[in-house]
Amino acid sequence: MARTAIEAVGLNKWFGDGEVKTHAVKDVSFEAYLGEILYVVGPSGSGKTTMLSMISGILRPNSGTVKIEGSEIWSLTNDALADFRLHKIGFVFQDFHLFPRLTTAENVAIPLILQKRAWDEALKEAEVDLEVVGLKDRAQLPPVKLSGGEQQRVAIARAIVSRPDILILDEPTASLDGDSGRNIVKFVREHILSDQRCIVIVTHDSRIYEFADRIVKMEDGKMMGIERENLNAQ
Amino acid sequence: MGGILHIAYKLLVNDRAKYAALLLGITFAVFLMIEMTSLFAGILTRSSATVINIGASIWVMDPAIQTVANTIPLPDYVLDEVRSIPGVKYAVPLYSGAALLKLPDGVYQSANIIGLDDTSLFGRPTLENGNIEDIFAENAFIAVKDSEFYKLENPKVGAEFELNDHRGVIVGIAHVASSGLFGVPTLYTTYNRALQYIPSTRFTISYLLVEPKTLADVALIKQQVKAAGYLALTKDEFIQKISSFYKYQTGVGTNMLIMTVISFIIGLSISGQTFYTFVIENLEKFGALKAIGAKGRELIVMILFQAAFVSLTGYGIGVGLCALIIWTARLYLPDYAAIITFSNLVLAFLMVIVIAAISSYVGVRKVLRIEPFDIFRG
Repeated sequence: MARTAIEAVGLNKWFGDGEVKTHAVKDVSFEAYLGEILYVVGPSGSGKTTMLSMISGILRPNSGTVKIEGSEIWSLTNDALADFRLHKIGFVFQDFHLFPRLTTAENVAIPLILQKRAWDEALKEAEVDLEVVGLKDRAQLPPVKLSGGEQQRVAIARAIVSRPDILILDEPTASLDGDSGRNIVKFVREHILSDQRCIVIVTHDSRIYEFADRIVKMEDGKMMGIERENLNAQ
Repeated sequence: MGGILHIAYKLLVNDRAKYAALLLGITFAVFLMIEMTSLFAGILTRSSATVINIGASIWVMDPAIQTVANTIPLPDYVLDEVRSIPGVKYAVPLYSGAALLKLPDGVYQSANIIGLDDTSLFGRPTLENGNIEDIFAENAFIAVKDSEFYKLENPKVGAEFELNDHRGVIVGIAHVASSGLFGVPTLYTTYNRALQYIPSTRFTISYLLVEPKTLADVALIKQQVKAAGYLALTKDEFIQKISSFYKYQTGVGTNMLIMTVISFIIGLSISGQTFYTFVIENLEKFGALKAIGAKGRELIVMILFQAAFVSLTGYGIGVGLCALIIWTARLYLPDYAAIITFSNLVLAFLMVIVIAAISSYVGVRKVLRIEPFDIFRG
């Protein structure tokens, strides 16, 4: 049986007070396992990103708990939370957020540098992961010289360079054309997923659903249940 | 922390347009601040040139004196009175006044005439050419080879001129520590010859130069001179008094201060605005760093490092540029009075630190406020 990577219980998050109070996430509970790709789907404003932020240690819930591999993260101090994210979670942002003034290799090396690794050593490891995503020959180029798909791969290399157990991809296909989007997610499925890693993807792009192990749907801040399960296991 | 600073450095210098704008702003501000304060320092130093060059420990004068150039003659009995004060090792008279020289080619040239005590020649300049005893020869004067020397038509030993229909002869060429402020050449002669050549008032002593037996006697000498109705100042106090006059009782100090403040504001405006834009353009990236796991203090260190790096680089270039301009100006304008002093450098450095602090403060506030959640929300 797969080990539990993320265990969210009774998550609630609201913004504002009184008449302007918005209940973004309502009593959400779910689990995600190592070795699977879990999709969180739903329309815009359904609370996907808020929920994603709470399980990744970025946004503190108003109530509920999040356990990552058995440890409750919201009892940690801010510094400890930052360390937790640095070592346990890899992020691939929708707009990639690569530094245009750094080379591709330097962008990938950032998490290692934040872990206080030596500059040269971090760059060497970054080049290894650039090779994994097929961009070793682009290591010295600035990201602006790369295509959207290549930038996405650089963002993925940056997310996995510190060997995190949990990878979070926020709308990975939103900035790419149809084929590139599919290829990226296919690449993640084939090369990035492992038995020791859980990948959570927030998307509303139905063209990539085929690469999910499970898909959970959110609507109006609530988790509406599992839409599809063990797609690839069948 | 070294890796983070390396990232901060690359983010800064690889954004060449902004880096250049930041450097330009700081350099320009430093250049202006140092240029203004150096000019002021030069003016203040030159305003006390006679005090510096003569080098007496204590100067006795009329209490109404404001600058060394505006002398109020002292009666001869004051010399005797001062010499009788216990603690005075010796006291000698000094003449300081202006004269109009007629040069060999018929040109009239104003000059500052210093008359040294005939017996001691106390305060004499260092000779480059000639013999100091020759100052006792008939019509003898010593010319000071400073930035105004050429106005005497670059005389050599033996050159002649006229002063109030008296014949004057240059018997020596000397150098002194500081050139005068008013753009006129200086001639040294004996006290009595100065009185003989230049029309004088009833009283003739411009200053009394006093040497105390010990430093402990200075206070007593000052007290006794005050009791006699005159003023005794140490060399540093006299320089300070002259400086204060130019700072506070002429427009020079105020204008220099205003220019220095304007330079500071210009530097702050350019650098602050550019640094703010730099941080704003990278704000989402800083937010992404936070999401990845960078701590707030690490981002602060990055921004402070960037601000400090660009400020110190701009400071160095600004100081170098100012030194180059002053050096070049002196090649073509011997009267150019600017002096870069340690105080000027420290003042400009402190102002650059303030510019860096204010610029980075705005950036730090922005970066600390950005939430990683905002990055997810787009």
